[in-house]
Amino acid sequence: MIDRNDPYFWSDLLDTILKGMGETFYTVGLSLLFTVVFGLATGVLLVATESGGLLSKPFGSRALGFFVNRILDVVVNIGRSVPFIILMILLIPFTRMLTGSFIGPTAAIVPLTIAGIPFFARLVEIGIREVPVGLVEAAQSLGATRWTILTKVMVAEAVPALALGLSTTIVGLIGYSAMVGAVGGGGLGDVAFRYGYQRYSPEYMFGVVILLVLLVQVFQSLGNFAARRLSHR
Amino acid sequence: MISVSRVSKSYGSGATAVRALDDVSLSVGRGEIFGVVGQSGAGKSTLIRTINSLERPDSGSVSVDGREMTTLAGTGLREARHNIGMIFQHFNLLSSRTVQANVELSLEITGTGRAARRTRALEILELVGLHGKANAYPAQLSGGQKQRVGIARALASSPSVLLSDEATSALDPETTRQILDLIRQLSKDLGLTVLLITHEMDVVKRICDSAAVMSTGRILEQGPVDQLLTTEKSLLGQALFPLGEIPETSSAIVEITFNGVTTDRPVIAQLARKHGIDVGILGAAVETIHGRQTGRTRLELPGDELTVAGAVDDLRSQGLFVEVIK
Repeated sequence: MIDRNDPYFWSDLLDTILKGMGETFYTVGLSLLFTVVFGLATGVLLVATESGGLLSKPFGSRALGFFVNRILDVVVNIGRSVPFIILMILLIPFTRMLTGSFIGPTAAIVPLTIAGIPFFARLVEIGIREVPVGLVEAAQSLGATRWTILTKVMVAEAVPALALGLSTTIVGLIGYSAMVGAVGGGGLGDVAFRYGYQRYSPEYMFGVVILLVLLVQVFQSLGNFAARRLSHR
Repeated sequence: MISVSRVSKSYGSGATAVRALDDVSLSVGRGEIFGVVGQSGAGKSTLIRTINSLERPDSGSVSVDGREMTTLAGTGLREARHNIGMIFQHFNLLSSRTVQANVELSLEITGTGRAARRTRALEILELVGLHGKANAYPAQLSGGQKQRVGIARALASSPSVLLSDEATSALDPETTRQILDLIRQLSKDLGLTVLLITHEMDVVKRICDSAAVMSTGRILEQGPVDQLLTTEKSLLGQALFPLGEIPETSSAIVEITFNGVTTDRPVIAQLARKHGIDVGILGAAVETIHGRQTGRTRLELPGDELTVAGAVDDLRSQGLFVEVIK
C-alpha cells in the first residue's frame, strides 16, 4: 500500500508514470519500426503472389508463387490466432536468444514485433487490394517493371489506407505493450500492474488508464488526419 | 504497322472453355485509325490486349512496328511497350499523383531525367489541351479532362502506336466528340497509328479510316469504312445507318447508299418522274463520314418487275450503290 499522505506521493506518481510512458514509447516505437518494414513486405507479397497477381509466377514458376502465397497466409493466420499472452510465453527462448534476456523493455520488442507483423500485414493487404487493377494494367502498358508497379502504383496508391492501418497498429501495439509490462516488460502496463494492482493504488491505475486513453486518441486522430490529407480521391 | 495474324485465345478448359478470339487476322497501316466494333463479350478487349501483350494468345502472331510481340518477355517486352501507348475506359490515373506526375510516370518508366520529364510533361499537356491543370489531382477533373491526361500519359514517351480500349465509353456525347477529334488531330500531327475498340458506332463514323466488325471472337468483316458501306449486306453499313425493320409490302424494296457524290442531286424525284414510279421512302439516314455526306435510303418501288429493274439499273448507272432487298 502506498501512503497517499506522503508529501512526495503525487510527484512520485508523475515520475513513475512518465518513466513508464518513456519505456512504452521506446518499446512500441522500435516494435513499430520492425513491424512496418516486415509487415509491409508481407502484405504486399500476400497480394502480389496471388493467382493472377504481379508475382504469381516468380522466376517463371507458378508453383513457387502459390507456395509463397500459401505459406505467408498460413503464417499470418497463425500469428493472428495465437493469443498475445501465449505468444509472449512461447517466444521466451527466441527472445532470450535475440536480446539475451526476456525481461525489460528491449526484450518486449520481440513479441510485440512478432504480433505486430501479421496484424499490420493484413491491413496492408486490405489497403493494397483496394487499388484498382486497372492502375496496374496501365503501368504495365507503359512498360513498367514489377518493382516500379509495386512501389509507385500499388503501395503509393494505398498510402492513405496504410496511414490508417499504421495508426490502428500503433494502438494495438500500445495495448499489447501493456500486457508485456505486466510480465516484466516495463512501460505503462508495468506501472499499472505493480503500483495500481499489486499495491492497491487507484491513483496509479487511473493515471495509467487516462494516459493510455489519451495516447490512443492522439494516434488514431493523427492517422485519420494523415489519411485525409494524403488521399486525393 | 500492326499486323495480327490468325490469333486465337481461349479461356478456361474443357466444356466450359470460351473462345475469346477465333482465328482473328487484321492489319493496320501506318498513320491509320482502325476501329474494332462489336457487342460486349465479342472479344474486342482481348484482341486489343494481345497487341501490347497484356494478354498472350494461344496461337497466331502479333507484330507491331516490325516486332513480334507474342515471343517478347522481360526487358524486350517493356521496351516494345514504350512504343505502344494505351488509354482506357476508366482512365486508370493514379489518384495520389497530380496530372503532371501522372504524365511523368510514363517518363520515369522510360528512365528520362527529372528536368526532361518536366519539360516533356508540360509540353504534352499543352498538346492535349490541359494547359494550367498540371498541378490538379485527377479527382478534381471532369471525365473528358481525365481522358486527356490518359492520352498525355500514353503519348509522353512518343510511341508510334496508340491503343484505345473503349476510351470514350464513359463520356457524354459532346465530350466523346472532343476526345475523338483530339485523337484524330494527334494521329495526323504525330503520324500516330491508332487501334481502337468500341461498342459505339459513332466512334467509327467520326474518326475511323478502317473498321472491323467482331462477334463471338470472330471478325465478320473488315476494310476501309467507305468501302464497307458500299458492300452488299454489310453489317457495318446497316449498323451505321439503321433503317429499322423491313415492312410487309408487295412492292420491291431497294436500299441506296449515297457516298458523297450524289447527295446534291434530286435522285429520287428524277427516278419517280423518269420511270413513272410512285416511289415511297421507307427510311433514310444521313451521316457525315470523313467530312462527306454519306447516307442510306430505303425505297419502296411499286410496279412490275421490268420497271423496277430498269429503275435499279438507272440508279446504278449514276454511280449509286443499290441493294435490292426484295
